[in-house]
Amino acid sequence: MDLLNNVVQGLLLGGLYALFATGLSIIFGVMRLVNLAHGDLSVIAAYVALVAVDVLGLNPFLSLVLVVPVMFILGYGLQRFVLNHTLEGGPMPPLLVTFGLSIIIQNLLLEIFSADSRGLDAGRIEDAAITVTSRLAVGWFPMLTLVVAVTVLAGLQLFLERTQLGRGFRATSDDQRAAQLMGIDNRHLYSLALAIALATVAVAGVFLGIRTTFSPSVGPTRLIFAYEAVIIGGLGSLWGTLAGGMVLGVAQTIGAQLSPGWAVLAGHLVFLAVLVFRPNGLFIRQAAV
Amino acid sequence: MSLLSLTDINSRYGTFQALFGVELRVDEGEIVAVIGANGAGKSTMLKTVVGIMRSPTGEVRFAGRPVGHLPVHQRVSLGMSLVPEGRRVFPSLTVRENLLVGGWVKRPGPWTVTKILQLFPLLERRIDHPAGNLSGGEQQALAIGRGLMANPRLLMLDEVSLGLAPIVVRHLYAAIPAIVEAGTTILIVEQDIGQALSVADRVYCFLEGKVALSGRPRELTREQIAAAYFGV
Repeated sequence: MDLLNNVVQGLLLGGLYALFATGLSIIFGVMRLVNLAHGDLSVIAAYVALVAVDVLGLNPFLSLVLVVPVMFILGYGLQRFVLNHTLEGGPMPPLLVTFGLSIIIQNLLLEIFSADSRGLDAGRIEDAAITVTSRLAVGWFPMLTLVVAVTVLAGLQLFLERTQLGRGFRATSDDQRAAQLMGIDNRHLYSLALAIALATVAVAGVFLGIRTTFSPSVGPTRLIFAYEAVIIGGLGSLWGTLAGGMVLGVAQTIGAQLSPGWAVLAGHLVFLAVLVFRPNGLFIRQAAV
Repeated sequence: MSLLSLTDINSRYGTFQALFGVELRVDEGEIVAVIGANGAGKSTMLKTVVGIMRSPTGEVRFAGRPVGHLPVHQRVSLGMSLVPEGRRVFPSLTVRENLLVGGWVKRPGPWTVTKILQLFPLLERRIDHPAGNLSGGEQQALAIGRGLMANPRLLMLDEVSLGLAPIVVRHLYAAIPAIVEAGTTILIVEQDIGQALSVADRVYCFLEGKVALSGRPRELTREQIAAAYFGV
């Protein structure tokens, strides 16, 4: 029964990882950009929510009304005025620039908010749970997180399949030069891609801020989890990203059950195993690249 | 008035100069063919027209205005559309989705998904298939259809016949009169001299980055064309 409990908790945790990873998956898919500041941007979202809660007295969930548009605009501006200038010179310039951005964000947050750990208080929902059996309880908040993750992913899937802009994203992902020949302004499209990615990261940042504490330096750890979820699930598949997040979550909860120090390590080991045996990811057909 | 005119175009890839003082004109309603051997600079010329490459000298004028400073997407919005060499359809998108992306700039005009399917009926049964699963001929038809979806004033076709069986090429070329009838001017770049000359009103022959010969196909002799094509 403990194993079942761990699996259930891991699956629920996977929803949160998927929320983080979806943004990464989108921007890598559309513009082949590896964003090393992704985790730090999620921390910014958590701090924006913190300010909204402290200053405006908003409930953390309600703060999303503010945080999501703020992160959307930040994403558009960041891509339009900074990252677009790095895309012509191969993969190295964006890596270096986003690495530098990560350091800048961490230090700015440190300067403004100090190194103290902070958290978002969502009230009773954080502790409320449904007791299924004496050894299995499912928390309302983790369930809500998973429902939100699935809703966001389904929304993105519909957006990519049913809208002209979504088709533009997929076309650009297939062949950037040919997409330009269709009249697509790739710089505008890339900016919209990062805007949408950061809007999803905003949701992830707020939910993680409720689930656990955060400080200016936690971004890189979140980046690693997000990457692991994307790679385990397979690049280019939104639902694969959800599944990848769940595999990572289950590995971590089972690892923690074996020994508290094993939680993160178990996730990394599963990630390495996937890289060795299924480098295209668990949920992508191996013929596909 | 010319729809497209190139004056003193000298495009280069880094230190390698690919075009030397190219002058070219396409009038509204014409079919103009550019022929030449591999490496003659035909595709470079098209890339310069559409804005993928820039010429440090000279001028590209389209519909009466200079466009040499504009990025690709703005040139497409003005009414030029390039069907690139190698087709370059979007493989993970369905045929319908490829066509819809082709209509990204939403220019008014006769070309819709329905009209494209009438022009190339072979695409109809494949409409919901991923473009990556189509045959070479089907992909070329799709690439032309996708280019038309922008309702361009000028459609540029780069090496339509490349890698396709002669019967498929004939089928694709058979669609060209209908495209012109619908009001689209066509600039064809082609290595297949016979096909190009069969439809063109005027022809330019490129040799080593220069215009070696130009004129109306009926006015040019086989010997003149062979001399300009091979440089002998």
